[in-house]
Amino acid sequence: MSKPKIATASLAGCFGCHMSILDIDERILQVAELVQFDKSPVDDIKKFTGRCLVGLVEGGCATEENVHVLEEFRKHCDILILLGDCATMGGIPAMRNMVPLKECLEEAYLNGPTVYNPGRVIPNDPELPLNLDRVYPCHEVVKIDYVLPGCPPSADTIFQTLVALLTGKPLDLPYELIKYD
Amino acid sequence: MSNTNKSTVKQICVRHGKDRTRMMDIVRDVQSALGCVSSEAMDAIAQACGTHRVEVESVVSFYSFLGTKPKGKVVIRLCHGVIDRMHGSETVAAFEKELGIRMGETTPDGLFSLEWTACIGMCDQAPAALINDQAVTYLSTDKVKRIVEMLRADPDPKRLVRTYGDGNNAHELVHSMVHNNIRRRGAVIFGAYERGSALRKALAMTPQEVIRAVKTASLRGRGGAGFPTGMKWDFTRAAQGEQRYVLCNADEGEPGTFKDRVLLTECAEQLIEGMTIAGYAIGAAEGILYLRAEYAYLKAFVEAVVAQRRKDGLLGASVCGKAGVIFDIRVQMGAGAYVCGEETALISSCEGLRGDPKTRPPFPASKGYLGCPTAVNNVETFCCVPPILEHGPGWFAQMGSSGSKGTKLLTVSGDCSMPGVYEVDFGITLRDVLKMVGSENAKAVQVGGPSGQMVGPEKFDRKVCYDHLATGGSVMVFGPERDVLAIAAQFLEFFMDEGCGYCTPCRVGNVLLKERLDRILAGQGAPTDMAYLQELGEVVKMGSRCGLGQTSPNPVLTTLASFRGEYERRCQPAHSRHVFLPGFDIRKALADSESIAGRHSVVYSE
Repeated sequence: MSKPKIATASLAGCFGCHMSILDIDERILQVAELVQFDKSPVDDIKKFTGRCLVGLVEGGCATEENVHVLEEFRKHCDILILLGDCATMGGIPAMRNMVPLKECLEEAYLNGPTVYNPGRVIPNDPELPLNLDRVYPCHEVVKIDYVLPGCPPSADTIFQTLVALLTGKPLDLPYELIKYD
Repeated sequence: MSNTNKSTVKQICVRHGKDRTRMMDIVRDVQSALGCVSSEAMDAIAQACGTHRVEVESVVSFYSFLGTKPKGKVVIRLCHGVIDRMHGSETVAAFEKELGIRMGETTPDGLFSLEWTACIGMCDQAPAALINDQAVTYLSTDKVKRIVEMLRADPDPKRLVRTYGDGNNAHELVHSMVHNNIRRRGAVIFGAYERGSALRKALAMTPQEVIRAVKTASLRGRGGAGFPTGMKWDFTRAAQGEQRYVLCNADEGEPGTFKDRVLLTECAEQLIEGMTIAGYAIGAAEGILYLRAEYAYLKAFVEAVVAQRRKDGLLGASVCGKAGVIFDIRVQMGAGAYVCGEETALISSCEGLRGDPKTRPPFPASKGYLGCPTAVNNVETFCCVPPILEHGPGWFAQMGSSGSKGTKLLTVSGDCSMPGVYEVDFGITLRDVLKMVGSENAKAVQVGGPSGQMVGPEKFDRKVCYDHLATGGSVMVFGPERDVLAIAAQFLEFFMDEGCGYCTPCRVGNVLLKERLDRILAGQGAPTDMAYLQELGEVVKMGSRCGLGQTSPNPVLTTLASFRGEYERRCQPAHSRHVFLPGFDIRKALADSESIAGRHSVVYSE
């Protein structure tokens, strides 16, 4: 029987959660024994090759592309797990939610104190995905099955979760791993 | 701040003995003298009372009737209760039109302010408003027009009272148009009462015998929680302390409850006598009657009753001529905070602090007001005491049902033909209550106010008593055309406004519950939202320190139990084309961006 597949994506995040995935170090070999990696920035597979058991999503939805990726993940993955606080709550990118989108763009490209933009152009190439009116945490967009909190969730947290899920054993997350104050 | 104002503030502080435990009185007086408690005034108060500025500010910022910015000479506070909103949304528009301002604003001439306030206890004569201290009832568009005209001519709201309400509402010290609407008189509260007779009987007994009588009668607290009164008095009497206090909770804030309003005018003597007997029983020399700010119009009357009883020897040094029995009462005004109805918050407020609940234990019976043993009882509970001593505990205990003896005042409002106050024996079924109040086709009944439960027709045969349908009095009836989920959302909004902000589950959880419920009401609910509400509601209940947080999810939890169909009808499965949740609208989320960029989304076009 072929191994179950796992996919990962970073939406409006900083890739820190993916760094944390890599932080599981040599244990990645243990994970690799249990699963095969599908679409993920880790192996640079761009498109889903088939149905996946687990999808790990970092970052919230700031653009239509983020939404689209999240939608594809929901369609292709049996279990969707949010990785970290941006995916769960919007995080740092969601700080813009207090300010209307137009003002955000103008501050970033025209009025900000360190902006150098003699042409006064706000980037608008058709290739650029459109921004959403605000940053949405993923659970407001599609149904989410599990959430791993943290900024980022530690490598141990991610590893324990994956192993428990893949081997069907109860999850043991000691208090120290999920305590954030 | 001008020097005159400074000296006014100073005089007020001196009048209250520069005592920071009387901060409520000080800031209330400053507010009424200067129109607000400005930043400078807070500094002056702190200086005069030898306390920190932050202590003054924490009080001023907590209570809704206090403010740091000046308001209009006439403040019109429209009742935001569910029943008032049901009966008269058009009065809001009428006030806004006549005054030319929106809710929350003050007219440019500084004459009028218009704002919302939580239930003012006039649900039986809704819609109602408080104009300064004056309660104005049965509002209508025409009446609003007349009121504003009259106030423009003479800004004294007292002049608005053209016809008096019944009973002591017509007393010159009350001077009010409020009606009692007493629809049914039972044997205990509204039975025959002879002034001073029960007190003399009590004084002929030992304090322990008085407590035993109250215990034998099985009197339980009438505020809703139902703690045995005799036991509470016993604990208070037995606790160590130099002083003991009797506190009367007249902070009747639970929406839909208005029995205290009626008891304070019609049974004030009986109430004071009950407090005096309690004072004798527990060995207290001082009683405090904590009166909610919304009932400020009753203060002068209640104080006059106290003064008269003092004059007649029923209060003061050697009560009824019995040497060594000292008991006197003062009235402590609140300043608009629902949470102060919670006994430990009420104590905080009496101590001149924010109305923050305290951690229990220690319970007030061992460490209450100023750290002394304190018995806090409801107005109605105290009113039950004189009849028990007059007629004997056996007489009292034969009324009611097994765990709930005696009678209970129900205050009924909403979709019924005879809203008002009913004294019924405990154990009456809700169906019989509905018949009695003239409600033929109720769809739902909120028993016990927002913190109680929403009951559907399948539970109408349950009994009103502590073990089944417990209530502090509030019974709100909703007819077939009412939306129970919208009502639950309004109740949640009430708890969001009234929470003290101390515990995160309550402060944050109620907002999240409301958001999710609003989403369902907007037709954007997903089936998973019901489980979310249930789970989050239970967290808020379990994780909150005081009764407010522990009951605030009840509007959601009890409607989920009794009216699940209403939720299911509105919670749709996810869209078929996308996998988006019903609450997420990609087109709406992209609208701003498309108009700024001047191009359409390729992925998510129509």
